[in-house]
Amino acid sequence: MRSHRRAERVSAWRGVAFAAMIFLLAGGGGFVRAAEDAPKAQPVGDPALEARALKLGHELRCLVCQNQSIAESNAELAHDLMNQVREQLAAGKSEEEVRAYLVARYGDFVLYQPPLKASTVALWVGPFVLAFTGVFALWRALRRRAREEVPTLSAEEAARAEALLRDTDERGQS
Amino acid sequence: MKLKHLIPFFIFVALLGLFAYAFRLDPREVPSPLVGKPAPTFALPRVDAPETIVGPDDLRGRPWMLNVWATWCVACREEHAMLMRLAREEGVTLLGLNYKEIRGDASLDTSRISPREEREAALLRARDWLARHGDPYRFSVLDLEGRVAIDYGVYGVPETFLIDAEGIIRYKHIGPIDERVWREVLQPKWAALEGATR
Repeated sequence: MRSHRRAERVSAWRGVAFAAMIFLLAGGGGFVRAAEDAPKAQPVGDPALEARALKLGHELRCLVCQNQSIAESNAELAHDLMNQVREQLAAGKSEEEVRAYLVARYGDFVLYQPPLKASTVALWVGPFVLAFTGVFALWRALRRRAREEVPTLSAEEAARAEALLRDTDERGQS
Repeated sequence: MKLKHLIPFFIFVALLGLFAYAFRLDPREVPSPLVGKPAPTFALPRVDAPETIVGPDDLRGRPWMLNVWATWCVACREEHAMLMRLAREEGVTLLGLNYKEIRGDASLDTSRISPREEREAALLRARDWLARHGDPYRFSVLDLEGRVAIDYGVYGVPETFLIDAEGIIRYKHIGPIDERVWREVLQPKWAALEGATR
């Protein structure tokens, strides 16, 4: 039993190490590619403005490679949209206005944090409902189990059980 | 066996149904918020006569389709014969939005090209392509930087918008049009738009 558990732990550590390696490789690869494509994206001169643009860009989802933000993606469209974000911020527009500009064209899909409305209620409330249902079911099951009567043994049955246990112990040792 | 014990099974079946449904959806097809809204206006040069600037208002009064294309787009080549058929046999008015003809072509190094050179090259390539494969468009316009395409929420080529006589976008199709797409999806919508105009 014990050694088995240790084996489990070792394999778990191996899994973590493997995942870390994959993560590093993937991250490293992404970094190299981003560096290669750097001239395509045009950071603006003002570092504060660029920081704002990047922060906003990280909240906006790329439509081509759908699991990356437009700040991370190397898709052409992501570069175009990032440049739009920069231009509009530089022209004095607020973050909210730029966000509205993109939502008007591409829909709520571009937002990593979609607004709470009728069509997105399940998305926002669903996890809490599921978690609550799970906890409630667990609580009820535990309470039922606690209330169940533990069967008591008569003196005769207890003696028999003891004898059986002793028997298996001895056999186990031999 | 009590019915209660079957509950996990029912939940499992319900989840299975949900997954089966979700697998049939295409997450790449993002619904456009522009459907039901006026087609964004633009003023772009015509491919065949770049000194003439045109916009969506030039097609007001009858339904039309805006088709986003480029010579480097393989799927556009695929749908081109279909567009020719639509223009010739179905009487569909097509406006071609040529999307990033030069800078969208991944095989070209466009880092040192001047805006004038880019425009000249784009005109040459687009005209040559239309001359060789046939021109299904009432006219095509040049969107070199892809800005008008962003206004239309374009995120790939080809894409096609159905626009009614009042200039309202009625439908957006993502990807190439083939005979099946036309027959099952676009043709009924197009017929409805034409019927409304008459």
